[in-house]
Amino acid sequence: MYFISYLLFHLQVLVADSDKLAHPLAEPWAELVHLVQQKGSYSHIITSSSSFGKNILPRAAALLNVSPVTDVVEISGPRLFIRPIYAGNALCTVRYTGLDPCMLTIRSTSFPVPPVSSESRPNAAPISQVDLSTFSEDNLSKSRYVKHTSQETERPDLGSARVVISGGRALKSAENFKLIEKLAEKLGAAVGATRAAVDAGFVPNELQVGQTGKIVAPELYMAFGISGAIQHLAGMRDSKVIVAVNKDADAPIFQVADYGLVGDLFELIPELLEKLPEQK
Amino acid sequence: MKIMVAVKRVIDYAVKIRVKSDKTGVETTNVKMSMNPFCEIALEEALRIKESGFASEVIVVSMGPAQSVDTLRTGLAMGADRAIHVDAPATLYPLSVAKILKVLVDIEKPGLLILGKQAIDDDCNQTGQMVAGLLKWPQGTFASKVVLDKEKQVATVDREVDGGLETLCLDLPAVITTDLRLNQPRYATLPNIMKAKSKPIKKVTPQELNVEINSDLEIVHVTEPPKRKAGVILSSVDELVDKLKNEAHVI
Repeated sequence: MYFISYLLFHLQVLVADSDKLAHPLAEPWAELVHLVQQKGSYSHIITSSSSFGKNILPRAAALLNVSPVTDVVEISGPRLFIRPIYAGNALCTVRYTGLDPCMLTIRSTSFPVPPVSSESRPNAAPISQVDLSTFSEDNLSKSRYVKHTSQETERPDLGSARVVISGGRALKSAENFKLIEKLAEKLGAAVGATRAAVDAGFVPNELQVGQTGKIVAPELYMAFGISGAIQHLAGMRDSKVIVAVNKDADAPIFQVADYGLVGDLFELIPELLEKLPEQK
Repeated sequence: MKIMVAVKRVIDYAVKIRVKSDKTGVETTNVKMSMNPFCEIALEEALRIKESGFASEVIVVSMGPAQSVDTLRTGLAMGADRAIHVDAPATLYPLSVAKILKVLVDIEKPGLLILGKQAIDDDCNQTGQMVAGLLKWPQGTFASKVVLDKEKQVATVDREVDGGLETLCLDLPAVITTDLRLNQPRYATLPNIMKAKSKPIKKVTPQELNVEINSDLEIVHVTEPPKRKAGVILSSVDELVDKLKNEAHVI
């Protein structure tokens, strides 16, 4: 079962139940959005800027002949949006002037999650099935899902964690990176990394924070041995409190950090491990 | 099989950009421009496929003002066989780019269209998906590994998705967009830069391709992101723990 219309107030939930939609393949999913739009004439179609949303929405937009707006961080009006460009070094206010639907992917860290209470249950939205009899299946067999490989982890999800502990190239090895993981464990935090740490094989790439990785905005972001390249800053500059630990006092990371410690992280992390309170 | 690669001329990734004082955009005059890093990876992948004997020709395409030819020359110097320059205004949105690419694909009939996953200027991450939709071709976005099977005419693509890797099998022709870890792009050598000067670059206009460019987006203004207030350098771990507890209240 996949929910495709999931609005804030749950006015209606549509269910499209088909084997063709069993995997997150762009071809049938974009076709489904196209089909639902033709029947429902929505003014807006929105997904999150996840790898799923970014894969599907532009394809659906092309089928509907409209320009989508990627990675919206603020909705200023029904057709007026703010989005970061140049790795977050500029903010662009853009107006959609085309025909319906106006299509957006939104940066989820920029919008608060509405609280779900048990009291709201009686107002649960009606659920209806999408009529798939006109679902065009001409081109859908051209792609096949093979497999998904993921890193098993018990730590909180990087995208939604309250605290993120990140390490860079200065950790020097996958073995040393375990120090970061230990600290994260102590604080109940998610682990992040720079591209340099990923490319060096210290951690898998789904931990990468930055323009080309995950965008995070936790309450506390701690950067260890991270110089602070603009591509990395693009992924974490909206964090509430940023702590940087680096032995180079001139590292650009200190320009965005609220608290900085200059020193050897191999001495400072064990000390932090000892002195930081346990949080689970 | 031919491979078509779309490349974009953007402000060099290492440049610290400046927002124009009239808020109409970002300063691009007298700023170093280069090929978008993801496009370099796309071209590298096409060249490797050609070198492995699967493809006969690699065509690079770029859209934009006259200076886009420099980016195409870089592509030719890396090893592309010929280039197409679509002479168009600098502010083309992905939908227009996708429509132009579709027409070029209809003319050139490549078996594979490779693009970068996003351009580092507008950070849109749309063009590849859109052109795949217009062509009704399957798409393999954010690719970190591409394996072609000549007999079966399929591409097996590993994709970087949230929470891991996903493997897809696509019938050719297909559209692939490249992620950072797909490969390490080569440098153009001096002899190849010299050779590139004699390789053909065909110039066309959107009008000649019968693509109407009308935009449904309007940039209202571009501003600098809010500055973070200056932080402090602390002298000890004790001080840091104290600040996090009693000043920032985050632990």
